[in-house]
Amino acid sequence: MTEDYLIAFRGVGKTFTVGDRTVEAVRGIDLDIRRGEFMTLVGPSGCGKSTLLNMTAGLFAPSTGSVQYDGAPVQGVNLRTGYMTQSDHLLPWRTVAANIQVPLEIQGRPRGEIRDKVAALMALVGLAGFERSYPSQLSGGMRKRAALARLLAYDPETLLLDEPFAALDAQLRLNMQMELLRLSRQLNKTVIFVTHDLDEAAALCDRCVVFSGRPGTIRAVLTSPLPRDRDLMRLRHDSRYVAMAAELWDMITPMLTQTRGEST
Amino acid sequence: MKSDITPMRMILYRLGLAIAILAAWEFASGRLVAEFFISKPSAILAAFERLIVSGNLFFHAGVTASEAFAGFLIGGTAGVVAGVLLGRSAFLADLLQPFILAFYSLPKIALAPLFVLWLGIGIWMKIVLTATVVFFLVFLNTFTGVRSVSRELVTIVRLMGANERHVLGKIVLPSAITWVFAGLRISVPYALIGAIVGELIAANRGLGFVLASASGQFDTAGVFAALIAIMILAFTLNGLVRLAERRLMPWKASEAAREVTI
Repeated sequence: MTEDYLIAFRGVGKTFTVGDRTVEAVRGIDLDIRRGEFMTLVGPSGCGKSTLLNMTAGLFAPSTGSVQYDGAPVQGVNLRTGYMTQSDHLLPWRTVAANIQVPLEIQGRPRGEIRDKVAALMALVGLAGFERSYPSQLSGGMRKRAALARLLAYDPETLLLDEPFAALDAQLRLNMQMELLRLSRQLNKTVIFVTHDLDEAAALCDRCVVFSGRPGTIRAVLTSPLPRDRDLMRLRHDSRYVAMAAELWDMITPMLTQTRGEST
Repeated sequence: MKSDITPMRMILYRLGLAIAILAAWEFASGRLVAEFFISKPSAILAAFERLIVSGNLFFHAGVTASEAFAGFLIGGTAGVVAGVLLGRSAFLADLLQPFILAFYSLPKIALAPLFVLWLGIGIWMKIVLTATVVFFLVFLNTFTGVRSVSRELVTIVRLMGANERHVLGKIVLPSAITWVFAGLRISVPYALIGAIVGELIAANRGLGFVLASASGQFDTAGVFAALIAIMILAFTLNGLVRLAERRLMPWKASEAAREVTI
């Protein structure tokens, strides 16, 4: 029996032309991601992790190889994926509630349903009471939560998350991580999660892909020893988690000294 | 930058400055400079009062205001539509660019004699002149605004399944509206220039006509009175644009009120 792969990278390479320089972002990527899997990507800056997300979303095509989604190559914008990046990309001219309802308006949902769903999502991410605030009136963490609520509003099958929690303080980040993990399990989402935080990568993943520096190639794929249902609050005391985080650190630190001074 | 002086005190200072200038003017007139050239505030006030009492002020100001307003509306609407169309279509923008540049570099006021030929000396000649002036200012601003729309935002909503109409309505127009209003705001004085220059060239009514006929009769006080009326009209139009701006862009007020952080 074949495994149920949702996303498959087959010999994927991508070269960008910047001015008169060409930059090879990734090379020879072979990777399969199962339906419902939580995959974290770690590696030094500029090793092409975001490039893989962009290609999965269909924002651009690979230079070599192919990216398959649900058995067919990705062509054009991949509407079954939702994207959330480090910057929240909220619309500054809309209130928080109006921002969250953008995808529902696009789907042409009836007014009453939109209102109920927005209210539920606002409560879910802990923003109840801020419906009428504009993004400029919110803190960075609140904007991030609003962006997550908007992502969940249109309920894409696959979540592409590019350092979504990088700008949050430790407690808020833990809250968001628990929320994300709970929701992705509950709704059986497939998640590709790029992060620089190795502890975060170890805590959240089913599998973790370690990249080496530019051009990005896969150095190792680690499988998490943790159960799918896990308590992020108590991970610090879990020896399996500690061992996996340490293994990641050991892989990444030699690369850091290599690329020092080169990162943007 | 805000000064430390309280608003009330600032108003008093401004009043003091205005009174000082008017007093100096009143004093200088007839003593340092012939009254024929600069008139004097008391005579201007009397002339202004005569304009009001006779009902002439409202009639002529009404004519000029309707010309400026109609021209502003027509030129502004056409400018926004053309700006959005060309901003969204690289082909059209490429095709029309040299023609637009050629027209843009032409001082629009120089078209007035042509419009007189086509439309006579009635109100439509001033409206078309005003609309032409306003069109280019609003068009260029809207075009720039549409072109500078964040491509990331467009991509984000495309991933949500947005079509071109959604992108236009939810991203392009709201994000370009700041530029549109910048264009509209700088257009207000130009709309009045269009209307008044039109009246100066050929008219039998409007504030430009009052201005020209007062100067023809060597009535300096009348000229100044007409100028004051024009100033008040400009102030009012500016206020209206600001009001519309606040109504249509409520998020701007909250951005302005926010403490600056970096």
